[in-house]
Amino acid sequence: MSGFLAVLRRDLRLALSGGGEMLTLVLFFIIVGAITPFAVGPDRALLARIAPGVIWIAAFLAMLLGLDRLLRPDRDDGTLALYRRADAPLAAVLFAKVIAHWLTSALPLILAAPFLALILGMDMEAFWRTLLSLLLGTPALAAFGTFGAAITVAVRRGGLLAPILIAPLCVPVLIFGVGAIAPLGGPDQASAALLLLAALSLMATALSPFAAALAIDWGEE
Amino acid sequence: MNSDGINDAPKMSWWNRLAHPGQFLIWTRPLVWPLVALTAALFAIGLWFAFFNSPADYQMGDTVRIMYVHVPTAWLSQFVYGTMAVSALGTLVWRHPMADVSMKAAAPLGAVFTALALFTGSMWGRPTWGTFWEWDGRMTSTLILLFLYLGLVALWRAFDDQLRAARVIAIFTLVGAVNVPIIKFSVDWWSTLHQPASVFTAEGPKMPGSLLTPLFVMFFAFTFLFITLQLVSMHTEVRRRRVMTLERKLARGDAA
Amino acid sequence: MIDLGQHAQFITAAYAGVFLGLFALIGWIVVESRRVKARLAELGDKRG
Repeated sequence: MSGFLAVLRRDLRLALSGGGEMLTLVLFFIIVGAITPFAVGPDRALLARIAPGVIWIAAFLAMLLGLDRLLRPDRDDGTLALYRRADAPLAAVLFAKVIAHWLTSALPLILAAPFLALILGMDMEAFWRTLLSLLLGTPALAAFGTFGAAITVAVRRGGLLAPILIAPLCVPVLIFGVGAIAPLGGPDQASAALLLLAALSLMATALSPFAAALAIDWGEE
Repeated sequence: MNSDGINDAPKMSWWNRLAHPGQFLIWTRPLVWPLVALTAALFAIGLWFAFFNSPADYQMGDTVRIMYVHVPTAWLSQFVYGTMAVSALGTLVWRHPMADVSMKAAAPLGAVFTALALFTGSMWGRPTWGTFWEWDGRMTSTLILLFLYLGLVALWRAFDDQLRAARVIAIFTLVGAVNVPIIKFSVDWWSTLHQPASVFTAEGPKMPGSLLTPLFVMFFAFTFLFITLQLVSMHTEVRRRRVMTLERKLARGDAA
Repeated sequence: MIDLGQHAQFITAAYAGVFLGLFALIGWIVVESRRVKARLAELGDKRG
């Protein structure tokens, strides 16, 4: 447990002092969202209709972008090798990594989401649902992302590989995430999507640290 | 007393024999040409049935003939992933050396069959639905499966050390296998929300026997084609590893 | 060849595409197999 907390604290401190990487991520998220009107035209009704999808795609891209920075620095400076020999099980360390990844790359996006919702002209109700769906869905993205980073950490030129591998696995998250905001099949379907999203996040967060630990263990020896 | 104790000495089981790459080559090499002949014969019969000895469907017309290549490739797109998942288990649980090789050989084959399933599906969709691409549940999840295959091929190519790669990729293959049903479910959920289900719910009308015969033969033709190609690719992969070992040895010898 | 009806072009395209794809795949596998075998012989391995 103390090992888990130590890793969490270390990663958070590194992220907070690490040259404004979090700010870059938020900026990227906002720019992707803000650039959409230029691509589809400033039609307010259309923008309000596609806003949930735009916000989710922006969050998805922003979270995939940072994957290469998740484990590679730890591997390059030998920290990962120390983690493997530590008393705390590797899965616990990676669970801390998932949480740190979510806190440093998903939470800032959720805090910035209101701005995007505003400029894309979402109404109040859709806005609250967006926050809720991001809150419930991003843990799954963080968990899958950590798994992807663990798979590709042993590869020298793995930069773009993790996002490509993980994107197909994240399709259900996107589907249920957007489905929870824009109720195509009525409010019943939206709450069903919200529940499925929560289930997905729980499962992914619970299982991915073990899979990631296995991948690192067997990829490094 | 047991007098023939010597005969009871542990023999190599077929399992262990296949575990040794060299033995695998020796034991399965005689299978290649019969498999090639069988596949060719099945394709000849299947194509003859498909074009000359089967009627047009009363509803789909002659486009039903596309089904004879579409259904087998669509089946293989899933069967090959199953093969890879079983091989991945073989790598992780038994550390069977041939499981690594089988996993690596299957990935590009699966990608090709999946791509062909999508292609034939869109060729069937244009005259039937009026569009090459429809975001319906089956086509969409097949597309995502194709992305998974291509990701696996890319992953295999990115690793230098193939033994290490096998174990990591086995984990990803299994995680993918767990996720495929979830993806399928989510995509079905999504596609039924987005369009009225009345356009095409049925798998197609019930097929009479005259249409089933070519389908059946082609189904086996494609499956045996996959088995043949898989075996040949595995042989090549075993030899390629041998080449790599010899080259390394040679390089060390030169340096000394 | 029988008459394929009004959608003949799609049927031929489907079969042509499938066989083109399969021949490319088979060709690639055969070429790769030959190449590796030749390299193995070059390196003086006798196991084939």
